[in-house]
Amino acid sequence: MSVPARGVTALFGPSGCGKTTLLRAIAGLERYRGGFLKVGDMNWQEGDCFVPPHRRPLGYVFQEASLFEHLSVRRNLEYGIKRLPRAGRKVSLQQAIELLGIEHLLERKPAHLSGGERQRVAIARALAVSPRLLLMDEPLAALDLNRKQEILPYIESLHKDLDIPVIYVSHSPDEVAHLADHLVLLEAGRVRASGAISNMLTRLDLPLAHGSDAEALVEATVAGHDEAYHLTYLDSAGGRFTVMRKALPVGSAVRLRVAARDVSLTLEPQSGTSILNIFPATIDELIPEGEAQVTVRLMVGGMPMLARVTRKSASLLDLKAGKPVYAQAKSVALLS
Amino acid sequence: MLSGSDLTALAVTLKLALLSTLILLLLGTPLAWWMARTRWRFKFLLEAVIALPLVLPPTVLGFYLLVALGPHGPVGGLMEWLGARSLAFTFTGLVIGSVFYSMPFVVQPLQDAFSAVGRRPLEVAATLRASPLDRFFTVAIPLARPGFFTAAVLGFAHTVGEFGVVLMIGGNIPGETQVLSIAIYDHVEGLEYVQAHWLSGGLLLMSFLMLIAVYALNRRFSVVRP
Repeated sequence: MSVPARGVTALFGPSGCGKTTLLRAIAGLERYRGGFLKVGDMNWQEGDCFVPPHRRPLGYVFQEASLFEHLSVRRNLEYGIKRLPRAGRKVSLQQAIELLGIEHLLERKPAHLSGGERQRVAIARALAVSPRLLLMDEPLAALDLNRKQEILPYIESLHKDLDIPVIYVSHSPDEVAHLADHLVLLEAGRVRASGAISNMLTRLDLPLAHGSDAEALVEATVAGHDEAYHLTYLDSAGGRFTVMRKALPVGSAVRLRVAARDVSLTLEPQSGTSILNIFPATIDELIPEGEAQVTVRLMVGGMPMLARVTRKSASLLDLKAGKPVYAQAKSVALLS
Repeated sequence: MLSGSDLTALAVTLKLALLSTLILLLLGTPLAWWMARTRWRFKFLLEAVIALPLVLPPTVLGFYLLVALGPHGPVGGLMEWLGARSLAFTFTGLVIGSVFYSMPFVVQPLQDAFSAVGRRPLEVAATLRASPLDRFFTVAIPLARPGFFTAAVLGFAHTVGEFGVVLMIGGNIPGETQVLSIAIYDHVEGLEYVQAHWLSGGLLLMSFLMLIAVYALNRRFSVVRP
């Protein structure tokens, strides 16, 4: 397996597929004979050479916050920093504290924090050692929905504010859609496939494109707002999307999700429809989905999207690879 | 009240208990740490050996120690060969006996405490650049602190209370091996009940206070969340 040393790489797969084990091996918490691991220009494991975890410049966020219960929040944060050579301190303690919004918790003991607060401290603690690689093992899994919503924006901002590559273990498609740039799909201890997230989600040979909630991700930038109709325009490689107004500055990058079941296909550009998001597309590939449906992979200006239509429609419209069509997206969700 | 010889016995007892507890903490900490973390298949054998003094009559332990430490035993013989005197009926022999006798009272609480700490905090410390020794001193020991307190108090109290082992390998030499429990026995033999009452009551009160401290503190520490 080889992943880019930038952005967020998600290790994704069902429970027990080896995601956590792989992450622990990257950290050096597990040792497998004959393994090979290289991060950037650093060899962490090769043959008899094995760099122990405390000599690897990484940060690790465990599923449970695992704060040191005998130390205050501040001393938890300082634990790793104290052990760094001065030259290695690129992320300042203050920066980590501000990024995770934990200023007001510093003098408390971990026992007096909520689950969400504990996990935020754990993330700040991992960042404060200025890691060259940040490993996160389902940091949201132990939290309820509200706490997840509380932390997700912080994790998203890490990625934008600090240029640290992240490997993120998850079995939640929703988290992956929010965070990942790159996806590694694991199955029964093996890497099934890996690649850019937008490509992986729409590959018809992988299970991701076949669930009832299969979707495509679209990277876009805010192009402008329509104050009269209270709409926001977003430009992507495939064309301009129109969504309900969001208070975002023009030029900011956003991610959209377009569910396969919300996309319908027509042969002619439709007039007299209430749907605003209509794009010319080419059918790339299609595959039957059960008895009654077909999943269609479309290329919209070089950008992959999915449509779920009935087998009858596919036959009536004579859908086949290479055929130009129009994709109409009934609804589009803004992720960030 | 207390006679001069009683005070001497008290001093010997306290010195013995303090020294034994100190040695037990120094030896027991690495042993308990290893036992809490090893996946060695035959660990249960070692655990059974350490727990023996809990069920063995102290006289049996004392007898074997006497044989080993005496001039004809392996340890005592070696000492005589080296030009020292054998360890039977000496304060040093008493300390060795106490260390064996009170071992489970120190090792078991420490082992439980280290087990309760678990691997996770140490793994976290490893990812925060702490070396194995650093992790042991800055994470494992502080988190196992209630276990250290329990181990120290139980080890101390149990050593103060020993009788059979002392009698077998220490004898009854005032100022060297005569401890309180034996002094009490002597008083009773000599029908000096007032003296026996003073010493017995004192020991009872001290033991009770130490146990109260252990249980009260453990209650407070048990609320620590994972």
